[in-house]
This record gives sequence, structure tokens and C-alpha cells, in this order.
Amino acid sequence: MDWIEEIRKDFPVLGQKINGKPNTFLDSGASAQKPLCVINKMMDVYTKEYSNVHRGSYLLSEEITSAYEESRRIVQKFINAESEKEIVFTRNATESINLVAATWGRKFLTKMDEVLISEAEHHANLVPWQMLRDEIGFVLKIFKINDDGSFNWDDFQQNLNGNTKLVSVTGMSNVLGTIFPLKEIIAAAHKVGAKVLVDGCQYVVHQKTDVKDLDCDFFAFSGHKTYGPTGIGVLYGKEKILEAMPPYQFGGDMVNVVTYQSTTFDEPPARFEAGTPAIVQAIGLGEALKYMTNIGMDKITSHENELVDYMHQRLQEVEGVTEVGTAPHKGGVFSIDLKGVHPQDLAFILDKEGIAVRVGHHCAAPLVRRMGYESLARASFGLYTNHEDIDRFIAALQKAKTFF
Amino acid sequence: MNIEELTDNFEFLDSWEDKYRYIIDLGSKLEPLPENYKTEEWKVKGCQSQVWLVPEKRGEKLHFYGDSDALIVKGLIAIVLLIYSDKSPAEIKSVAVDNIFAKLGLSEHLSPSRRNGLIAMTEKINYYADIL
Repeated sequence: MDWIEEIRKDFPVLGQKINGKPNTFLDSGASAQKPLCVINKMMDVYTKEYSNVHRGSYLLSEEITSAYEESRRIVQKFINAESEKEIVFTRNATESINLVAATWGRKFLTKMDEVLISEAEHHANLVPWQMLRDEIGFVLKIFKINDDGSFNWDDFQQNLNGNTKLVSVTGMSNVLGTIFPLKEIIAAAHKVGAKVLVDGCQYVVHQKTDVKDLDCDFFAFSGHKTYGPTGIGVLYGKEKILEAMPPYQFGGDMVNVVTYQSTTFDEPPARFEAGTPAIVQAIGLGEALKYMTNIGMDKITSHENELVDYMHQRLQEVEGVTEVGTAPHKGGVFSIDLKGVHPQDLAFILDKEGIAVRVGHHCAAPLVRRMGYESLARASFGLYTNHEDIDRFIAALQKAKTFF
Repeated sequence: MNIEELTDNFEFLDSWEDKYRYIIDLGSKLEPLPENYKTEEWKVKGCQSQVWLVPEKRGEKLHFYGDSDALIVKGLIAIVLLIYSDKSPAEIKSVAVDNIFAKLGLSEHLSPSRRNGLIAMTEKINYYADIL
């Protein structure tokens, strides 16, 4: 356990008092805190190394371009992509998915096709497909999950057929914590000729990601959930697929030959990075991924699994609590309903106790409704979460009950 | 009870626990909103709980009914209605709700980044004062 206490020192914000209480930050699923190495790295870039990338033949620009591209290689290694050309920097996972919908989707989907997603998707992996369906006229199919939040293999297979052109699924539900059997899903989808996009936002933080082993066609995640800064995200796409995709936005840094009347476009990934990118954020993301790698993804996973067991066990002590999402294979995300206590009221009280949780529909309103609720309180873990955080959370739940 | 009495009562409450218990108690005594008004039409948008607000013109004055499925929110609504209800539109427009909430030590609940619906509610009250 000692290493966690050491790790916590890397996150100054965890030492802050909140309403006079220890900072019990249980909202890492929304956005994770940043370690000092990321903060310092970004500060260093701004104070010593800053300029624009990919242009200007002077020392600072060369150095920052190489740091920016080094970050791309760090991402490549982190998810084990074949080539750095497969790593596109975006704003966040939402933009990554929108990029696929707007470029690959518009080019390759027709009204004869089907796109298959799960009931457990975040709005970011639902709404872009609804909009594109309205435009193109394909069929958007939603396969069911089980009542405990686990993956429903039968319903998935029943909805998968020769017309399925894309399966777009979460790797780990941001509401239920369920970890989907990605390898099996991807293999089955490929068998019918469908491409697979993985919304890896929660997944990538909690275990080793290997896109080669998964064999997914696209993988999207956000930097701010992986202990990196906001404003930077990643789209991984297989090289051949990215090459066949038209640009997403148009402007500088993504063109080959431009005349007043016509333009040819760069190869990926530059083709998808129009304009000045989030340079410092990309470098900060690289630093964050290095930080996770140095700790070791296996260590992070086993620490989190232990916390998941501990939380699950301690929740049993609280009468009237329902854990929504109890799939056998789940990560550190706990959505709960506390009988007689509205999630909003619960959040008011937890806040006074210095505990940060998220309440509401978690940008997955249809899923929360499908589980039988309008609103849930969600506690989610990061690599720095410790047993004391959970103890304080449980104590605060008991306290909240005394109010109503 | 008027708002001065409420402010006086609040001064005796030292801890946030006591304050919240008192707020919940205020909510439990709130004039009930008839069930048939608990519809989308009367919902105040942008809240993490369900919040309803219904105006009723009584002569020159506006009377408001409110409710929420969250009990602390309901108590906060009781305070908002104590401030605004049964006043003329001109009186409503002149209320400095921020100051009152600051005096009560509840400013955080009127912060625009807290989506508990109280700001939306005060805006809606002001809107009704304009059109009714």
C-alpha cells in the first residue's frame, strides 16, 4: 500500500482541504487529477521551449516539433500501435468519434448498411451515429446489455449480420464500470466484415491497452482522463483505413499542394490535424502516459481491482444502497442509488464532507433510464485512490441517511 | 414567517449539518404543489433534480408554487418562494436574492455552475414578473 501514499504526493491537489475536510476525489472517471511531472513539463515547455510546430526553420520550432512527434510515439507505444502514423491528435474522445463519423462514416456508409452500438454507450458514441443515420439513412442498431450491466453476447450476435458495417462500443462503461470482452466482439465483427471502433475513454486508464492484440480498427480516448491535460485526445486508426479517409477539417498543416483552385492533402496523421494543434497539451499527454507506464499498468490494474472488491464489500454495509452495474468484470466505477436519498441531495452532503462524486445521467441518459433510474450518484477511482477514500465515502453515505 | 425571521433563525445554526436539517424541514412544510402540475410544462430546465414552478396571479401579486423530488433542493425552493412569493412584479424585480443567500451562507447554491436549478428558478420568476 505504501507506494500509493508515495504516488499521492505526485498529485498536489489531493492534499488540498475541501470544506475543511481531506480531499476525497472520487470523480476521476469524469476527469483525472494531474501529476506534478505533467504540470512541470507543460510549464517547462511554455517557459523555455515554446513555439509553433511543423513550421519555421529555427531551433525552437525544430525542438518543439520533435517533442510533439515524440509524444505521438509515446502514444503509439502506450497502446501498441503498429506505426506512429496511426495516431491522430484530436481535442478529446468525442472529437475522435465525430471525426470517424464525419470522414469514414460519410465516405463508406450507405443506407443499406447497419451500425451497431450497445445500450451502454456514452452520448459521444451515440449521438454522432444518430446524426449520421439521419443524414445517410442507415440503420442504427442498439444491442442489449444484461440487467447487471454485463455484456450480452446473445443479443450482440443476434444484431450482428452481413449488413453491419461498423460496431462502435465502449471498452468500459462510464456508468456501470462493465469491461466489455473487446477481443471477442472485434473478432465476431470482423467475421461479418464490419469495422470496429472502441470508445476507450475509461478502458485505457484502467488496464494495458494493446490495439494490435485487440485488432480494433479505431480506438478513441481523451488525454484528461489519463492524467494528462484537457484539450488533447487521441484517435488511433489502422494505417490503411486512415489513408482511405478524407480530411475532417481544412486549413494549414494538412495540405500537400495548394493552388487558388485546388488542393491535395497530406498523408495521415497530418491530414486530420488541420491548423495549429494543442502542442503543449500533446506533450503533456506524452508525459502522463510515461508516468502511467513507469508505475506499470499491471500494478495500476491490480490496485484498482483490489479497491473495486473493497468498495463492493463495504457498500454491503450500507442499508438501502443499490450498486447499479455489478458485472463480474468491472473497473473502478460505482453508480449507486441510496434509498430515500435523492442523488442531488446526496451530492450536497458528500460535498460538505469533502467528497467529490458526480450525479445525474453521466452523459448516458438512455443507459441510466434503461437501468431504471433518472439520476445516479457515481464514485469513480483513479490510480491514486486509496482505502481511506472509500472509508470516508461509506461513512458519508451513512451520515447522509440520517438527514432524511 | 418572513425572510427576516428566517435570517434570524439561520443565525442560530452553527454547523452545515444543522443548516441542512433546517432546510429539509422548511421543504417538508412547503405548500404542496398539486400533482397535476408535475409535468414537463412546469419543469424548470437545467437541474440535476426535478424542479417545478407554477405561478398564480392573485390580484396585483404573484403567488408561486414549487416542488422538487430532491429534499434539500425542495427546502431551498421554500426559501426562494419565501423571498419572492406574494409580491408584485415590481417588488419581484427589485429583490436582491444574491444578498439574501449570502446572508444565509447559502451563496454556493446560487452559483451558475451548480446545476441545482435555483438560478434557473429565480430567472423564471423574474420572467413571470415580466409577462404576467
